[in-house]
Amino acid sequence: MLAKRIIPCLDVKDGRVVKGVQFRDHEDMGEIVELAERYRDEGADELTFYDITASCDGRRVDKDWVARVAEVLDIPFCVAGGIRTTDDARAILANGADKISINSPALADPSLIDAMAKEFGVQCTVIGIDSQRQDGDFVVYRNTGREETTRKTERRTLDWAREVERRGAGEIVLNCMNEDGMRRGYDIAQLRAVKEAVSIPLIASGGAGTCEHFADLFLHANVNGALAASVFHRRILTVEKVKNFLKNRGVTVRS
Amino acid sequence: MSVVLVDSGVANLFSVVTALRRLGVEPVVADDPGAIRHASRVILPGVGTARTAMDALNRKGLTDVLRGLTQPLLGICLGMQLLFERSTEGGDTPCLGIIPGTVEKLRTQPGFAIPHMGWDEVKVKASAHPLLDGVKDGSFVYFVHSFAAKENPAALAVCDYSETFTAIAGYKNAFGCQFHPERSGAIGQRILENFLGL
Repeated sequence: MLAKRIIPCLDVKDGRVVKGVQFRDHEDMGEIVELAERYRDEGADELTFYDITASCDGRRVDKDWVARVAEVLDIPFCVAGGIRTTDDARAILANGADKISINSPALADPSLIDAMAKEFGVQCTVIGIDSQRQDGDFVVYRNTGREETTRKTERRTLDWAREVERRGAGEIVLNCMNEDGMRRGYDIAQLRAVKEAVSIPLIASGGAGTCEHFADLFLHANVNGALAASVFHRRILTVEKVKNFLKNRGVTVRS
Repeated sequence: MSVVLVDSGVANLFSVVTALRRLGVEPVVADDPGAIRHASRVILPGVGTARTAMDALNRKGLTDVLRGLTQPLLGICLGMQLLFERSTEGGDTPCLGIIPGTVEKLRTQPGFAIPHMGWDEVKVKASAHPLLDGVKDGSFVYFVHSFAAKENPAALAVCDYSETFTAIAGYKNAFGCQFHPERSGAIGQRILENFLGL
């Protein structure tokens, strides 16, 4: 049976790992390769590296650290941030990344999703969606790397999720912005709504604080994986502890 | 030991190269028939489609070189699929025919998304085989694929998803992993190590 994935997310800014609360006030968390090795050893199933400044600065992620990470990892990893063209994506994949995640550039030009899927395959093409609850609905935000660039879009989250699937996305990472960095649990209702809207794998992001939160997520929203950052970086939880807890609750995890 | 990674021009070889380096082996990436024939181990990686990969091997004149090898040969993911006789990917694509059998799209079934992507369990069929030394039944490995060879006599291990398919194949000098050993943690590393030791 396919294992539910635990995916530490390393937000990268200026070559360091950082973490903010609700996408603001970033604190330094450590060196990229060092943290990548730590999570690999703890039993992470996959890692995501998200260059949070890239889309706002109009630059591509620095490829050098991608290769350094690829050299030490024996698990898959995904790179996100400022990838605007298939040329950008090709360069990062050539440096050893397994997947490319695009967010704001896909909102600006949705045909980028079709082009990515056609050239690299759906398995390489991940779409990140930053979503907020608003008046009983879920709305997509863009350029969320910095508070001053964050903008609400006209898109409804469920419609956008269906569109990215139709265009060839192989996976969606849903960042529930209201819960980001709050450590009070995942937004189960929103995740369940998106999961029911699409048939491609869905990865939940935003809100993990306790082992119970991960169990709730997998038992009640049936998502394929859970992304978490601050609980792991601050050593509130380890990947190993989360996976042991999930196993005891009957969730299939890789041990 | 000389290990050659066959460069078909369509696969990303970097992660396989770094996995071998972690085992203390510096592989040579080559598309030169002589280098491939003289290697002590040959690895055929692969990402993309059966049709584009076979076109590339044909264009480079490597199909008969690969068929004529007698040293251990390991196909990874699409590279494994190419070792079989044909694939239904891209209509009907003739492949290398080194291992008997055909590759077909995984059966679609509600609740089983295609591509089959993520960590899944292998059921070991040939536990005494040296390629599987130290690989326990139920080990999780990392898959990313939409096509696979059905369970067949060459299957050393299978995986149950929407249907049972060959996860690890072995036939004479040819071996294949439908998953990515270079991305499958300690188990994947063990399989690569076992391959180098065959």
